[in-house]
Amino acid sequence: MSRFNFFIPAIGFFVLSLILWRGLYLDPKELPSMLIDKPMPEFALTTVDGNEISNADLPNRMFLLNVWGSYCLPCLIEHPTLMRLAEEGEIPVIGINYRDKKQLALGWLRDNGNPFTFSILDESGRFGIDLGVYGAPETYLVDADGVIRYRHVSVLDEGVWQQDFLPAINKLQAESYAQ
Amino acid sequence: MGAFHKFTWLFKSRQLISALLLMLSVLVISTLNAQVDTFEFENEVQQKRFRTLSNELRCPMCQNTNLSGSTGGVAEDLRREVHRMIIDGFSDTEIEQFMFDRYGDFIFYRPRLRAETILLWFGPPMFLLIGGYLALGIWRRASSTTAESASLDPEQEAQLQELLRNKY
Repeated sequence: MSRFNFFIPAIGFFVLSLILWRGLYLDPKELPSMLIDKPMPEFALTTVDGNEISNADLPNRMFLLNVWGSYCLPCLIEHPTLMRLAEEGEIPVIGINYRDKKQLALGWLRDNGNPFTFSILDESGRFGIDLGVYGAPETYLVDADGVIRYRHVSVLDEGVWQQDFLPAINKLQAESYAQ
Repeated sequence: MGAFHKFTWLFKSRQLISALLLMLSVLVISTLNAQVDTFEFENEVQQKRFRTLSNELRCPMCQNTNLSGSTGGVAEDLRREVHRMIIDGFSDTEIEQFMFDRYGDFIFYRPRLRAETILLWFGPPMFLLIGGYLALGIWRRASSTTAESASLDPEQEAQLQELLRNKY
């Protein structure tokens, strides 16, 4: 038995290396959201166009909730993907105009195009706190019952859409058919 | 003592001293880097609670700073929210629960003791105990072997002297 004791440090080293090696590929920004499987927080705000808006105005089907701002450069990177999703009718996209100025937001939508069914105006960032937002861009997947099912931090490009969102959506649809 | 003596040159080096002083001053500056609060409070207790809370809550966006030291947008909003809740009469526990419901364990520099955080709390002392136990074992074995090899019987001693004589 004591002959094998000799290997204990080597095994310990190997196990520790494996853990640390895996740690190298973890994204420290990828923090779990507390709102997964919870209903969207109650809100009564206005859109950037000035219309009153609350939970009752949300779509009765699965939709994306995209946190954006006119100051946010990565939002321009994901913008073509959001435009495509909205134009092809793949899924409705609701915007949250986060910590922005209304006039700047309207200008940004005019210049770049508007993929959003509507954009909820959150100038103070208070609604963002209820959602557990860190900063734009962030995208939530909300189901037909208004329950948050998935959250992606940072840019949502075609690759992320294919790799992360489509499987999540397919899984949710399979679940709802099963019921 | 001999080993220590080797390093005394380090303390004689002027460059090293200035480098250390520079590092120290950077540290001092960074602790003074807290955001200026323009919040008004009804009394000093509230102000103190605000300071404690914003030092113990972490900025979700910048990850390595607390709320009081962060310029990030979210941190600004959360500071304002902490201030509002204090003025509205919420207790520290209620404010912490509010943050936890939205941002999870990550928001606390001292996370709550839960099943998910148990390794975080007890991992380091556990590794310290394992390491200490191993070190103690190694030290014991090492000290017992040196005691043995130091004692030579007269025959071995004569052999040793013979070898040493032949060497020179």
